[in-house]
Amino acid sequence: MTTTVYADTPVEVDAEGFLTDPGQWTEPIAERIAEENGIPELTDRHWLVVRFMRERYLATGSAPSIRALGKESGVPVKELYRLFPKGPAKLAARIGGIPKPRGCI
Amino acid sequence: MTELLEHPMREEIERTTIEKVSIVISKGSLEGIYPGLIMANGARMEGIEADLFFTFFGLDAIRRDRQAKIKVATVGNPGMHMPTMVGGLPGMSALATHMMQGQMEKLDIPPVPEFIELISDSGAGLYACKASVDMFKLSEEDFVPQVDGILTVGEFYALAGGGQIIFT
Repeated sequence: MTTTVYADTPVEVDAEGFLTDPGQWTEPIAERIAEENGIPELTDRHWLVVRFMRERYLATGSAPSIRALGKESGVPVKELYRLFPKGPAKLAARIGGIPKPRGCI
Repeated sequence: MTELLEHPMREEIERTTIEKVSIVISKGSLEGIYPGLIMANGARMEGIEADLFFTFFGLDAIRRDRQAKIKVATVGNPGMHMPTMVGGLPGMSALATHMMQGQMEKLDIPPVPEFIELISDSGAGLYACKASVDMFKLSEEDFVPQVDGILTVGEFYALAGGGQIIFT
């Protein structure tokens, strides 16, 4: 675990760069993480996915699968991959300040 | 006398990331189809480029008339730990399939038709093997709309260039 600085805020991240404490997350931090991962600007559609991931994680303790993301977030699978080409679930979790999803689906 | 082989130094192994996979699905049973689908979907989830090539009975996964009827093999499958005579009883395969599907649903693993759609929507390519298509006397109309085309082995290799090939 290391400390890194996003938007002038020091946060704890794991070896892969995921925030270890979702409580340290803020929207400016999300924007910086997105930028670092090839998404220069978070649109409303990006935010919809990021917030859905985060809220679901905070409510249930685990991040939704790509299947649930496509069915329940309001953003279909095709669009998810257009918004987050390097992997929607993984990237939205990282931007949303929650741990990396552990599921295989 | 045996000589101990020198252990390769970890530092010397160059670690590269996988950027692209081409997965061949050659079997038509539930346990023959799912591993390839899970690996293809998992690749896309990691941002890895993925293509699926269906050959022989693996074609059942993309056939309109068979896609929703994929069954677990209860005969000739030692993994079932079931005597062959019992596995061959009428309805046994349907029962085993039903039980396994219930378990998969709990894990959020979709049924084959929905899984194929999910994988296609994720940007993976889905292809049928020409030799198998000809052998079973099939044509494009026999396949679900997510199928991107029918390829020869040569075309498959051309498509797989620059990536890893996984045969299941």
